[in-house]
Amino acid sequence: MEDSTSPKREKANQDPREAGQPWEEVTAASSQGLESGLSEPLELEQGLETGPQPRSPPQSPQSRASIPLDDLTGPGASYPPSPPQEASYTPSPPALARQDLAAPWQSDKTTSVNPEAGTPHFHHLEQSSDKGESTASHTFQSEGSTFRQSQQTKHHLYGPEDVNYNNSKQKELRFNIFQDEDSNSNYDLDYAEPGVSELAPSMLEITIQSAKAYLQKTSSKSGLNLYDHLSDMLAKVLDERPENAVDIIESISQDVKMGHFRKKLDTLQNENEMLPTYEIAEKQRALFLQGNLEGADQELEDEIAENALPNVMESAFYFEQAGVGLGTDETYRIFLALKQLTDTHPIQRCRFWGKILGLEMNYIVAEVEFREGEDEEDVEEEDVTEERDDADSEADEDDEDQLPRTFYKTPQAIPKEENRTGANKYVYFVCNEPGRPWVKLPSVTPAQIVTARKIKKFFTGRLDAPIISYPPFPGNESNYLRAQIARISAGTHVSPLGFYQFGEEEGEEEEEVEGRRDSYEENPDFEGIQVIDLVESLSNWVHHVQHILSQGRCNWFNPIQKSEEEEEEEDEEKEEEKGEEPDYTEQEVGPPLLTPISEDLEIQNIPPWTTRLSSNLIPQYAVAVLRSNLWPGAYAFSNGKKFENFYIGWGHKYSPDNYTPPALPPVYQEYPSGAEITEMDDPTVEEEQAFRAAQEAAVLSAEENEETEEDEEEDDYDQ
Amino acid sequence: MDAESLLLSLELASGSGQGLSPDRRASLLTSLLLVKRDYRYDRVLFWGRILGLVADYYIAQGLSEDQLAPRKTLYSLNCMEWSLLPPATEEMMAQTSVVKGRFMGDPSHEYEHTELQKIKEGGKVFEEEVVVQIKEETRLVSIIDQIDKAVAIIPRGALFKTPFGPVHVNRTFEGLSLSEAKKLSSYFHFREPVQLKNKTLLEKADLDPSLDFMDSLEHDIPKGSWSIQMERGNALVVLRSLLWPGLTFFHAPRTKNCGYIYVGTGEKNIDLPFML
Repeated sequence: MEDSTSPKREKANQDPREAGQPWEEVTAASSQGLESGLSEPLELEQGLETGPQPRSPPQSPQSRASIPLDDLTGPGASYPPSPPQEASYTPSPPALARQDLAAPWQSDKTTSVNPEAGTPHFHHLEQSSDKGESTASHTFQSEGSTFRQSQQTKHHLYGPEDVNYNNSKQKELRFNIFQDEDSNSNYDLDYAEPGVSELAPSMLEITIQSAKAYLQKTSSKSGLNLYDHLSDMLAKVLDERPENAVDIIESISQDVKMGHFRKKLDTLQNENEMLPTYEIAEKQRALFLQGNLEGADQELEDEIAENALPNVMESAFYFEQAGVGLGTDETYRIFLALKQLTDTHPIQRCRFWGKILGLEMNYIVAEVEFREGEDEEDVEEEDVTEERDDADSEADEDDEDQLPRTFYKTPQAIPKEENRTGANKYVYFVCNEPGRPWVKLPSVTPAQIVTARKIKKFFTGRLDAPIISYPPFPGNESNYLRAQIARISAGTHVSPLGFYQFGEEEGEEEEEVEGRRDSYEENPDFEGIQVIDLVESLSNWVHHVQHILSQGRCNWFNPIQKSEEEEEEEDEEKEEEKGEEPDYTEQEVGPPLLTPISEDLEIQNIPPWTTRLSSNLIPQYAVAVLRSNLWPGAYAFSNGKKFENFYIGWGHKYSPDNYTPPALPPVYQEYPSGAEITEMDDPTVEEEQAFRAAQEAAVLSAEENEETEEDEEEDDYDQ
Repeated sequence: MDAESLLLSLELASGSGQGLSPDRRASLLTSLLLVKRDYRYDRVLFWGRILGLVADYYIAQGLSEDQLAPRKTLYSLNCMEWSLLPPATEEMMAQTSVVKGRFMGDPSHEYEHTELQKIKEGGKVFEEEVVVQIKEETRLVSIIDQIDKAVAIIPRGALFKTPFGPVHVNRTFEGLSLSEAKKLSSYFHFREPVQLKNKTLLEKADLDPSLDFMDSLEHDIPKGSWSIQMERGNALVVLRSLLWPGLTFFHAPRTKNCGYIYVGTGEKNIDLPFML
């Protein structure tokens, strides 16, 4: 034994000098058997001392299992290798332990704990393998486990050597001496006097302990300590293995710190933030489930038979070819919302008109035609205004002083069109998001359309928002929305020529004035137009919505007739003013229904429509796409047989010039100017004096005349 | 929007209604990859689409490592063949400010603009009407530049500034939280800061110099020129510019997905103050 150990000793002396040996060389040396095993612990120490240099865990007989090891559980802390101890007993634990040793070494580049601190404990290593093993496991952290696998290849190298190992006390003693000697030299391989070695470790140890204690000092602000923070950070980096970790290390540090706090606040804050999301999801879930509630087959058949619902998905597919659309999921939800609408209201026909964007919320618009006789009447507002006017006029007459009558006569309110005719042909429902309830928009009045033409306002998304504008808009946002929808429909709803035709029931075109056709029906014999033709020539498309006259209506309303009736009622006042008003107003004429869009006016040399094929790469299956330049956002497509219109945008007309609000009208001449109310300058002093003088003169002359007359009379008497 | 996450971004931005047709999408996916390789860009963004009367322009931008460096702009008419546009200069901006109306869609189209110019000829000063020709390409360049400077935005924290100067994409950016996403101050203009220096010292003290180095949207004039909405029930925040209608910025809170796209006619909405 002695013989065997001495050469080992020598080897041990030599090997440590070869500090810096790479791992591979050590493994090569492992074939030396026991000798290498002995040398390895020393090399181990070297490796620990030099830190970054990877060293194979030597097959040292003594494990560095010791209680102090438990303290050194820092990341990559140098765990005095416990394996050597176990190596003597069983192959695997030491091998494992060796790997354990290897692991901390390789990872141990940043450790602040001097690996050498392990050396004083070397002599404690006469412990049982259990202890060694336990400490080995203690000294392990996650990094170690990852390295373990990499070290398994070296497993076999140490196996045979372990077996040979004998853990004799003698050897241990000698090793102790060696260790002590080694512990003297940090980086030198100088195994000098043992005496010094006993002092130096303690100083080093103290330094290490104090450094570690400093790192573990808890911060007064946050309750963390640097030691734990660094270990967490490194653990995270090693788990996630990001690229160029050194560049983002500060962010990682921040994230780790935030991670401490997140857990506490999680339960509180998340609830509030996600609530609106869940609300909408619940509402939309209801949309999806509505079909399931009615399970009866008969009802299903009924549904399929009377299908008022359009095939929104099909239209969405074609529009997607044109690059227009809301996304498949959103469109499907809108589809379900439309179904809900048709289920709850008696609807003959329904169509997805489009989406109007707003500042706070958007509007999804559905165009609906009610079944015959199932209209819901709006509250009539015109009667109220008429009554008010009458009341005012009566009040005026009661005034004692008879204030001068004004010339101003409120312009006659043009009555709105009846439901199902003209601009009110369809009823529109809006909702902010699919899942929310549908709201019916009121019918549009001509005054609203006329004013809507003069203003340009963004929609906010709330139907009751007021519209503050000049000229003042008669109504709130729901009316403005309805007016814009009417204008857009009238301007941009087109269909291929021949798809609609006039009904044959109407008479011949005898009356050109009143016989404007305002109804059309589908042409059953429509054979479709080639897509190419639709793209090339605009005359293949026609408007199928009546044009809105500048009066605000589609069908001309003559305001004169009614005013004549009124004049009969209020004769006295009107007679004077009759002559001042024009006796006739020209009838406004607009393009008739089913006019080809090639007749549309240009906007300053810009054609009103742009046509495209949806795809230039595969023209056989492309669809014709029309884009309006007058109302940006209005699209129409046709594949020859089918067509559809759609609008997505802010709801405003395009004008190349800036919008200028209309000028204020001149101040109105309210009262007849006459002597009574015309202001005159006060007379000056001279004028007054002259006036007085003239008056006195007149009085004097009058008196003189009287006197002369009296004199004459007296004279007469005298004579 | 990043060319790499094109499909997802288009899906998220679809709330504004105008997107791309399937064949354009497919063309873009392939051609932008090739552009990235050929021009050696670090990141390629699909900027958007300018609608012209005859044809549409598809615009892409290439970025180098430094995100705030001047970007290279490319345009294409069919999403396959891309041509590089010259960088914008002050002259171009001045020249094209007189052109109004829609884009034609033909890059070689020339706008004619008559100007009164004073020409000195031998001591006398004439005023002649000179017809200035402005190419549509020039107009395209300046409009894209204007839109970028005015309304290209990025959420706070998506970019960070290194001490050496260049600005990098922040890989640890995990998205804005819901409460932050609803505030205009969490979004920055994606350009060199203009108003940052005017902030008071007190305000500057609160800023993090590595993250807050760009102007935020809070102080944009006119106030209210941004419409900020939550779509899909708080799962997506969408900002739409009212000054340049057609620009949509989307961001899914708590995720990295964000981007902007412009689909419009390329005209500024000068009527904005009347419309608010």
